[in-house]
Amino acid sequence: MRAVVTVVGKDKTGIIAKVSTFLAEKGVNILDISQTILQEYFTMIMLVDTSGAEEELSVLAAECAEMGKNIGMSIHLQHEEIFNAMHRI
Amino acid sequence: MFNKYDVIETVNMIEREHLDIRTITMGISLLPCIAGSADETAKRVYDRVCSQAEHLVEVAEALSMEYGIPIVNKRVSVTPASLICAPFAAQSAKIGLALDRAADTLGIDFLGGYSALVHKGMADYERTFIESIPEVLATTNKLCSSINIGSSKSGINMDAVRLMGEIVKQTAELTKDRDGFGCAKLVVFCNAVEDNPFMAGAFHGVGESGTVVNVGVSGPGVVQHAIESIPGADLTELAEMIKRTAFKITRAGQLVAREAARRLGAEFGIVDLSLAPTPARGDSVAQILEEMGLESVGTHGTTACLAMLNDAVKKGGVMASSRVGGLSGAFIPVSEDIGMIEAAERGGLCIDKLEAMTAVCSVGLDMIAVPGDTPASTISAIIADEAAIGMINNKTTAVRIISAPGKKVGDSVNFGGLLGRAPIMPVHGESSAKFIARGGLIPAPIHSNKN
Repeated sequence: MRAVVTVVGKDKTGIIAKVSTFLAEKGVNILDISQTILQEYFTMIMLVDTSGAEEELSVLAAECAEMGKNIGMSIHLQHEEIFNAMHRI
Repeated sequence: MFNKYDVIETVNMIEREHLDIRTITMGISLLPCIAGSADETAKRVYDRVCSQAEHLVEVAEALSMEYGIPIVNKRVSVTPASLICAPFAAQSAKIGLALDRAADTLGIDFLGGYSALVHKGMADYERTFIESIPEVLATTNKLCSSINIGSSKSGINMDAVRLMGEIVKQTAELTKDRDGFGCAKLVVFCNAVEDNPFMAGAFHGVGESGTVVNVGVSGPGVVQHAIESIPGADLTELAEMIKRTAFKITRAGQLVAREAARRLGAEFGIVDLSLAPTPARGDSVAQILEEMGLESVGTHGTTACLAMLNDAVKKGGVMASSRVGGLSGAFIPVSEDIGMIEAAERGGLCIDKLEAMTAVCSVGLDMIAVPGDTPASTISAIIADEAAIGMINNKTTAVRIISAPGKKVGDSVNFGGLLGRAPIMPVHGESSAKFIARGGLIPAPIHSNKN
């Protein structure tokens, strides 16, 4: 199952390292990463494959949000279908 | 890979602009529950609702986490209860209590369908059923009731309109310790729809299949934000922008509805794209109208702005979903919309203007509080006016009015949560009693004869 991870917040050192380490520990494979500064905010978008993860998508999403709070970033992990539905005809 | 602006747009819609799935509503037919006695029927009703909707809350919560979009309410709608209570109408309350208990057991937010359809005539058992409503609404928490008193095809049943004025007053009186809260759970319809997922007017029509999942999507904040992003645009561009935004919102609803139906083993019913406000700032239909260029909702131009908004929302929604239904449009409940509340408090929004607005949007006079000494006949006359707008224009109209016990203009009622607070609005003092006392049927309009 594929999901999109978005990480938004104030830019600082080591964000990518922390997020990718966390995902690796959960068995989530990163397929693609794009990173930019949007309106002064660090914004990272990852396409990931969660089929190697032991936990359900809903649990992973909750853990990502929690991890985001710990490092002062807003992190969302969402099923890719929501983006397909809203932005593709 | 996705376009990064698209991804951020979706995340912002949910995070900052209050995009949400307002409700997943499971429609359940109660027709298999009819038994010889009220007690046996009540037992079957409780068991059927609890078994059909057993996983509703759990599935909704999982979907909410997976897609990262809030699902605010989980609800159930059932077959109009007057139909299954017909053999023992005097004991209808037992069915109402069983439904409310089922709602508690399931942990859902509302259950709709303590309803009757009397748009052409009212049988004795239906009158008895309707007379049970005040007591039932006063002794239940999550149960909602709706009565259809007219339709474009049949006309307006003025005997039912007269009765409903009295029922609204009695409901307010029996819940006077809570500012007449029972009235917030009671809707009077003209042209009621059978697949509406929104409360208090949801019921599961007899033309529906056994169990269906209907989803209501909301997002006034998203539309407001989209309008803000093009400040100098003319109205053609604005309509286009609203349409595109409505499309995206509805697609999210369609996705959730399909998946919810699959996991719950029910049929996918409809997606209802309605701009349903909440009392939160930035989640208001009134603020959309003001963003379009009105100093205050209720001033001249309000009806035109709302007409454009409602139509653009429908066009975007229809394109986005294979099955659009319910009410689909803009809601204008006074107590549930911070912009409406403030305009009413300033005296900038009156019932007469709201009535005009209901001719071009998807519902009617919704969550309006009027003085406690308003006569039942005046409430009936307000219902009749709304029903006339619905009947002539082939659209759904509704009245959800709170005759707030002991309150007068200048006071307000506060129901909290999604129901919000409502300033008491003035009504005309001149009597409509003789008109209401006539009773009978207002015949269907000539343009309903299409066969």
